[in-house]
Amino acid sequence: MAVAIIDYGLCNLGSVKRAFEENGAEAYITKNPSELADATHIVLPGVGAFPDAMANLEKDGMVEAIRENVVEYKIPFLGICLGMQLMCQFGLEVVMTEGINLVPGEVIPFPDTLKNIRVPHIGWNEVHLLNNSVLFYKIPNGTDFYFVHSYHCSKIPQENVIATTPHGYDFISAFQQDNIFGVQFHPEKSSKAGFQLIKNFIHYF
Amino acid sequence: MLKIRIIPTILWKDFGIVKGISFDSWRRVGSLLPAVKVYNTRQVDELVIMDISATEQNREPDFDVIDDIADECFVPLTVGGGVQSLEHIKKLLRAGADKVAINSAAYDNPSLITQGAEKFGRQCMVVSIDYARKENGDLYCVSQSGKKALDIHPVEWAKIVDELGAGEIILTSVHLDGTMKGYDLDCIQAVASAVNIPIIASGGAGDYEDLYLAITQGHASAVAAASMFHFTQQTPLEAKIYLRNKGIKTRI
Repeated sequence: MAVAIIDYGLCNLGSVKRAFEENGAEAYITKNPSELADATHIVLPGVGAFPDAMANLEKDGMVEAIRENVVEYKIPFLGICLGMQLMCQFGLEVVMTEGINLVPGEVIPFPDTLKNIRVPHIGWNEVHLLNNSVLFYKIPNGTDFYFVHSYHCSKIPQENVIATTPHGYDFISAFQQDNIFGVQFHPEKSSKAGFQLIKNFIHYF
Repeated sequence: MLKIRIIPTILWKDFGIVKGISFDSWRRVGSLLPAVKVYNTRQVDELVIMDISATEQNREPDFDVIDDIADECFVPLTVGGGVQSLEHIKKLLRAGADKVAINSAAYDNPSLITQGAEKFGRQCMVVSIDYARKENGDLYCVSQSGKKALDIHPVEWAKIVDELGAGEIILTSVHLDGTMKGYDLDCIQAVASAVNIPIIASGGAGDYEDLYLAITQGHASAVAAASMFHFTQQTPLEAKIYLRNKGIKTRI
């Protein structure tokens, strides 16, 4: 097993790599598209703003490489936080920017008009499971995960939404489309439940 | 629903954890890495780690130390001390920080907040606001670990950094810090109602009731404490049980 963690210049790569290793995976960080060919699993981590992230991925030739490995060869793919958002068709952070376009959907901000709701959404919040997914095996409905974000995915087809989280309204906190998974929270920072999710992803083929 | 966070604050210099009273009389209270490991094992909600000598010594943040910490720590980390540039922020995030706190540099170069928010996302740009109180009760911001007085009120500065793109504020009352006499509830409440970003209350927590008051009266989104966890038998977990029993949503 070899988990490729994509480096696009902005991420908390060290934490993600360590979390996968801690759960028994071999993991390597790469910004070289050809190195994705060696991976049994691919992770797109996320800290950063949408436009810079897309620019870096495109500059490195990663967008095409991700599409090839994930869509054509069906390599299991996990996007974390911004990594989840980048899989959508486009994002509205800073300026409207095209995403990797693996799943139908868009990325929108929490409105700043919500009563009693502060933005960014920072901290531990519940993840409510809607559709069954291998990603949440052994994780009880309503478990708290760690979030730190101002934008979230929207308009993802209902059958692909596997979890939502309440912050002013229920937003999409996890989706699955075949071998493609996205989570808005940070499993690498969500202690036991986060590690269980990482194990579930690693053991998915 | 989003849970209230209980955040142990770790202040460090020269690899030791220190704690003072009103940013003075520093004493060494432990070693950095072992303490981080303990908090990791206890699955705390988040850790704030501040290198209090970086700005004073006019040096960069110690990226290697943060890297070592992040290797041992799978709870969210907010890291501050000596952060002066986009390059510093980038390196800390890569080392494993989830959020980066800026304090002194925000006054010298406010555009750093905006540039950081545009490049790394607003959610990871924390502005740490330290403030002190004059004898007549007026409040004013301080930088350089409390050494430099600034001619601006913490509520005014909070509004400005919110406009500039800060994603969160750590609000520390220097005059109460380390005293364990309770938070400055009035100022926390004033800042929390002036901005719509989350506020971490800091400075003065002595017992669980202080945390409760910062949440219910101050409307803080998170409560940070150092002395009460270093010097008493009180723990973050017991704090959360106490708060939950009083109707506050916490993660246990």
